[in-house]
Amino acid sequence: MSLLKPLIISIWFALLFLPFKGLKAALFFLIILLLTLLLFNSLFRYKNIFKDPLQKIFNLFEFNILTPLYESIYLRYVLFAALLVIPFFVKDYVLDVAILSCIYIILALGLNVVVGFAGLLNLGFVAFYAIGAYTYALLNTKLGIGFWSALPFSMLLTTIAGFLLAIPALRLRGDYLAIVTLGFGEIVRLILNNWDTLTKGPNGISGISTPVVFSFTFYKLTHFYYLLLFFVAITIFITKRVHKSRIGRAWIAIREDEIAASTIGINTTMYKLYAFAFGAFWAGLAGSIFAAKMQFVSPESFTFMESVLILCMVILGGSGSISGVIVGAFLLVLLPELLREVQLYRMLALGAGLVILMIFRPRGILGGKSASLRI
Amino acid sequence: MHLLEFRNISMHFGGIKAIEDLDMRVKENQIMSIIGPNGAGKTTIFNCITGLTRPVKGSIFFSDVNIVNLQPHEIARLGIARTFQNIRLFKEMSVIDNIIVAQHCRTSSGIIDAVLILRKFRLEERIIREKAMEYLEFVGLYDFANTMSGSLPYGAQRKLEIARALASEPSLILLDEPTAGMNPQETVQVMELIEKIKKLGKTVLLIEHDMKVVMGISEWIVVMDHGVKIAEGIPEDIKNNKLVIEAYLGKEY
Repeated sequence: MSLLKPLIISIWFALLFLPFKGLKAALFFLIILLLTLLLFNSLFRYKNIFKDPLQKIFNLFEFNILTPLYESIYLRYVLFAALLVIPFFVKDYVLDVAILSCIYIILALGLNVVVGFAGLLNLGFVAFYAIGAYTYALLNTKLGIGFWSALPFSMLLTTIAGFLLAIPALRLRGDYLAIVTLGFGEIVRLILNNWDTLTKGPNGISGISTPVVFSFTFYKLTHFYYLLLFFVAITIFITKRVHKSRIGRAWIAIREDEIAASTIGINTTMYKLYAFAFGAFWAGLAGSIFAAKMQFVSPESFTFMESVLILCMVILGGSGSISGVIVGAFLLVLLPELLREVQLYRMLALGAGLVILMIFRPRGILGGKSASLRI
Repeated sequence: MHLLEFRNISMHFGGIKAIEDLDMRVKENQIMSIIGPNGAGKTTIFNCITGLTRPVKGSIFFSDVNIVNLQPHEIARLGIARTFQNIRLFKEMSVIDNIIVAQHCRTSSGIIDAVLILRKFRLEERIIREKAMEYLEFVGLYDFANTMSGSLPYGAQRKLEIARALASEPSLILLDEPTAGMNPQETVQVMELIEKIKKLGKTVLLIEHDMKVVMGISEWIVVMDHGVKIAEGIPEDIKNNKLVIEAYLGKEY
């Protein structure tokens, strides 16, 4: 049985490569992939043999290997320190990717509230991102309001938009809800594209000013990197707290069994509304930062594919798991960049990678853990 | 005193009359059973009480409040909790989290309390955790607190569902076939559990097919057939009631 799965996967991928590289390369690819997968499989079987001695060594340093690495406090400190000093060592290109990752992490964490916690499929999440970005863009270019004054307003507006979408959508569930949210996403994009007098249509809005703190203007990538690091930290902290609170538990109960949740006294309609609004809140933040960083917004940035990408980050990382979603967002920004080398096969390789991941870890990279609510 | 009172309740699904003009009373701190053949409308009664379906006619009074037009969560808040015929646990949550989440309507900390970790939030979290452990001890699942509830054995899942119902601090608790699919020992344990729940001062309304359980612990029995109440009384009377025997076994007997 253990032979069958790797075999099917390698044949599948070899066939995928056949039209591009010819029979010889496909066969070569098949054999290499099969051997790799088999090697992994057999290593996986013997992992218990390695585990005990490793555990003994780690015990000497009071370092528990059984708690997953990402949960260990040491790793967190190291990671945090690394994140703080990164700008001193890397090129602008790397920093640009890091900034993009941070924006997507905020977005994915927001969508995770809706999809991962409350279990409501939202295919139009990008609409809130767009509303956040355009609100800041318009407030700034038309009224000259600065980033920090406009931010609360734009987040509030996005939250209200979340409420407004949720009210009609909550009578529906599952597939139907997904279609309605998809429609909402498209409506918002079309409005931005066609309301020429306000949004300048497909030309977009340019000349948006960057944030200013005490007469210090953000202009270098490094500044934006630290700004985003700050906001990502806030997002992680707040979503984590809410997840572990009464509200987060109510969301998970609704995801698990809506009828049972209602009979233990959870107002399911209200909490679904909260989930939509709370998720949208973060999209508003991400949108405003995006507009401030790019100094330009156009409807092109807010297509349906963006929604799908954010959803992929959530599912890939492990829907419902905060650390998983962060990893997912980071990977999905990083992978396409890494795969720039192979140009033509970039999307193919990305898709193939996602398929492999979903076969071996169907619940996401760090998924499969339930919402444990230890305080 | 009557805790729950049905007045002329009718419930139709399309052309099917699931309940027809039902009058029923549940006394406070009593164990009452509803029995009847399949399709008699027993679970529909529970669904009407908990607000999952809305009766087409009539009213249900729960300690003098008409609950017919209320939402399920409002009814739960008033003090009615239930279990389900086909177990409905939050499977991806641990056992203790199932109980903690059930205290939802008895707690009140909001988003700000949680984010800022205010004292109110910490205190409340500690209290509901302690209470949850008490409920688990009450039903005998103390050792399973951190198990995933979906991976519990069947009998334990039923007990956990009862504990979850208790955790929302109801005065009336509705048990829908709590011993279905259990072995004789587990059945006896559940019977003892129901007696214990009564001793807490709670009222228990029970749907059950196992006659040993029904006759063993009920103080009052209502017999339903095709949506109509055909008899009610103490267990001894029900055992010898002609209409009841007819409904269960057919006319020849």
